[in-house]
Amino acid sequence: MKRVYVNEKWCLGCRLCEYNCAFANSGEKDMVKALKGKKIYPRIRVDEHDGITFAVSCRHCEDPICVKSCIAGALSKEGDGMVKLDRTKCVGCLTCVLVCPYGAVVQDERGAALKCELCLTNTAGYPACVKGCPNAAIVYEERD
Amino acid sequence: MISKYVIIGGGVASTGCIEGIRKVDPSGGITLITAEPYLTYCRPLISYLLEGKTTLEKMLYRPESFYEKNGVRVMLATKSERIDPERKTVMLSDGTSIGYEKLLCATGSVPFVPPFEGLDTVKSKFSFLTLDDALELERAITPESRVFIVGAGLIGLKCAEGIHGRVGSITVCDLAPQVLASILDSDSANIVEETLQSHGINLILGDTVAKFEENVAILQSGASVEFDVLVLAVGVRPNVALVRDAGGKIGRGIIVDDTMLTSLPDVYAAGDCTESFDITSSSSRVLAILPNAYMQGECAGINMAEGYSSYANAVPMNSVGFFGLHIATAGTYTGELHEIRTLGCLKKLYVNEGRLVGFIIIGDTTRAGIYTSLIRNKTPLDEIDFELIKNYPSLMAFSGNSRLKMLGGVV
Amino acid sequence: MPNYILPDFEVERRDDRCIRCRVCERQCANEVHSYDEENDVMLADELKCVGCHRCVALCPTRALKIVKYSGTFRENANWSNQSILEIYKQAESGGVLLSSMGTPNPCPVYFDKILINASQVTNPSIDPLREPMETRVFLGKRPQNIERDETGKLNNNLPPQLELSVPIMFSAMSYGSISYNAHESLARAATELGIYYNTGEGGLHEDFYKYGPNTIVQVASGRFGVHKGYLDVAAAIEIKMGQGAKPGIGGHLPGEKITEDVSRARMIPVGTDAISPAPHHDIYSIEDLRQLVYSLKEATEYKKPVIVKVAAVHNIAAIASGIARSGADIIAIDGFRGGTGAAPTRIRDNVGIPIELALASVDKRLRDEGIRGNVSLVVAGSIRNSADVVKAIALGADACYIGTAALIALGCHLCRTCHLGKCNWGIATQRPDLVKRLNPEIGYKRLVNLVTAWQHEIKELLGGMGINSIEALRGNRLMLRGVGLNEKELEILGIKHAGE
Repeated sequence: MKRVYVNEKWCLGCRLCEYNCAFANSGEKDMVKALKGKKIYPRIRVDEHDGITFAVSCRHCEDPICVKSCIAGALSKEGDGMVKLDRTKCVGCLTCVLVCPYGAVVQDERGAALKCELCLTNTAGYPACVKGCPNAAIVYEERD
Repeated sequence: MISKYVIIGGGVASTGCIEGIRKVDPSGGITLITAEPYLTYCRPLISYLLEGKTTLEKMLYRPESFYEKNGVRVMLATKSERIDPERKTVMLSDGTSIGYEKLLCATGSVPFVPPFEGLDTVKSKFSFLTLDDALELERAITPESRVFIVGAGLIGLKCAEGIHGRVGSITVCDLAPQVLASILDSDSANIVEETLQSHGINLILGDTVAKFEENVAILQSGASVEFDVLVLAVGVRPNVALVRDAGGKIGRGIIVDDTMLTSLPDVYAAGDCTESFDITSSSSRVLAILPNAYMQGECAGINMAEGYSSYANAVPMNSVGFFGLHIATAGTYTGELHEIRTLGCLKKLYVNEGRLVGFIIIGDTTRAGIYTSLIRNKTPLDEIDFELIKNYPSLMAFSGNSRLKMLGGVV
Repeated sequence: MPNYILPDFEVERRDDRCIRCRVCERQCANEVHSYDEENDVMLADELKCVGCHRCVALCPTRALKIVKYSGTFRENANWSNQSILEIYKQAESGGVLLSSMGTPNPCPVYFDKILINASQVTNPSIDPLREPMETRVFLGKRPQNIERDETGKLNNNLPPQLELSVPIMFSAMSYGSISYNAHESLARAATELGIYYNTGEGGLHEDFYKYGPNTIVQVASGRFGVHKGYLDVAAAIEIKMGQGAKPGIGGHLPGEKITEDVSRARMIPVGTDAISPAPHHDIYSIEDLRQLVYSLKEATEYKKPVIVKVAAVHNIAAIASGIARSGADIIAIDGFRGGTGAAPTRIRDNVGIPIELALASVDKRLRDEGIRGNVSLVVAGSIRNSADVVKAIALGADACYIGTAALIALGCHLCRTCHLGKCNWGIATQRPDLVKRLNPEIGYKRLVNLVTAWQHEIKELLGGMGINSIEALRGNRLMLRGVGLNEKELEILGIKHAGE
């Protein structure tokens, strides 16, 4: 399946991906309206240390431990391979956070789980982090 | 009647088993026998149901269509009386029997109720394990009810949170001198206790019931608690009866190998009724946690369908919140302790023989999975920059090459 | 020492659009932007702003605008703000003023006063989408005569040539003055386009040897990075005598830019200043130059063309005539408006002559002397678009070098502070965190796009003139007319005035 991959060699740590993610998932048409004066809860997060920067979002594992661990049956592996979170079922126990080896499940403002769904479930239609990366450090592609 | 695969028990292990079987065998007939009148629902959600954070519909673990789609015949409200491993049949309470080629026993656990003196004099008393338990409790409580919960473990406390705001008062007692004794140390339990108390929950610790006299519990210390509704949440025991009676090996729970096969031929077991090998303490324990049940069920399913799967890296872990305070724990608490206290967060990491073996985090549990994965993979800490991620877990701790492997490919 | 220097720019931040994402802060190597947590406000230290527009380009809400500083000294037509500020700077520092890229001063751009012809009625124009149009050119010496053996078969006496798919090459820019990623972008683009890029005087990083067939290696006065392997891997060798932006002076790459990799490529110690002398100390005459030309040919078995690059100066025609007789295969002339990674401001802004005039006079002189076929002519020094290329070819050039245009394609915003080494676009810097901002995967595609686009335009312009190859346009000055030029200028350019 097509996944979002980050090449840390080209990641600048500018964090535009975080803002583009938050915007894409806001449901708003204008970034200022969506994000101005708000704390953002992006599903992709940039780590920075000692000159190294990289972004991490859900890997959509073949055999996702988060799905197996979800106590609410809110996480599922879809037919296309995407790991999807039904936020109406999530009760915020954060077991997924406890098991994700990538630290890729984050929390929203209510403390419930939040994760990358490749912008396939929002209005962006194509991963906004990829589209907005100024250095092509984030790509959306099929790999073996 | 004969079904290729028969699953006893409608918990999450059964769903894991169905999905496991279907990974290998797309068509072999599956029969699911459950004593409960419901399709598999999320048991840990019963407190959230009382709290209003979920609904009966949303509590379904898999959509209703799941069973038909996977060719599963579901027998609700049907009790399995006996397994006959010789003739490969399961006797049901209605007198009929079902033959199987492969059987999964996923009977879960049953509440453990100590023989309290005078318990029979209490009119309004409940367990808090099943959906029916929760619904019955809900019917019994009123905004004026004084609820007395015996047991300050996960079940007791989640029950307290679930009915909080819907009853007059809640008192929880436990023989242990702290709450959540099975997953927290006293330090970390203190923080949870403070949170509970600040929400008006009365805690009586280091003391338990000596006897009941109708609506009064007399404690061992001599104190007494008056109540209208009693919840017994002392603990659970693996429900091993079927396998034990059929001659299967039992320890603390049903004994299985790493393919989930019991000592009986073609009889598998998974979930809370079994023992798992906890890699963090190198010992067999009953790990009554949902992820474990699913993964054991799935492993059993794959093996029942003659695929191969091994489940040998069980790690005890819990993620739970009370009134917004989050707790994440995993592994065992032995070895060298690294403690980090920051504003509103207590973190204890336990390192043994150069590997992370356990942790307790109270507060911000962000990315705790990176720690859990270090435990599960038994990652030697000298291969990573452990110092760097004591405060804040990050893949930064790994070398560039390992990170490339982790993030560049598919797991 | 008091500081009287004014900012060049003002940062205009529309607070109603700013979402405090702090991308501007993270992306500014000059540390202009900062965030004040206490008041939740973004601040700007405008004195540090070089106007590179990195922040503007990356601001996701278009909240930023960099505008010219509006403060001014008392108006004075004679003493401009710039003149006054430069005096303040020198009074403070006691040093030579340094600048980067080509001169920003208004100087005559003859290309803009030359117009191109087109066919109407009496001769047919050509549609390049329907008919073949040849933009390929060969650079090198042309044989003077046809030789046959005793059986009458042709002797191949063709000297080594460079084949270009389009008459454009990337100018010499050294690894050191520009980044590894900029170099990789240029090398990959040249390879994909079937043209050449030029190492400048910085040696060649071992990673780029694979692009050798599309690489011109430079031998300059410092001889940095020159060794047998370097010469062998290249398609051609360029002797750099001078540079349009700083004729008559050498180069100076400060020690901080001599990183581990740069030091290896240049064959000098890490952290030492790389000083290229003003002259080649072994070249004081055309005869001396000839010796170096033939040394290099000898070293490479006469298989590679040798280019001699000079700055356009007053007596360029005579100099070119000498070079054409030195054995060189190609002469590259770099005009007054050409770019640089660092040059003394006064030199850059006051020394040399425009490339158009230099080219026209050189081409005429070589023709007059009957030695035009001895060499190909490559011109440089602010070739800004495909029309400049066409005009240069009609004035007599065989091909053009583009440097600044290529860098702009890579993202350069012409802030002209290359000499500070903090290029926010990852081009003129060796700081690893900045170098990585130029992903060659993007960079090379942008260069390929640029040259491909120019090639399309060149074909359109050629077709319009009814010409179907570069060869047929070269030196065809009848295709050009001047506007607003005086008699002398027209005479030197060898073109008629529009309307004639």
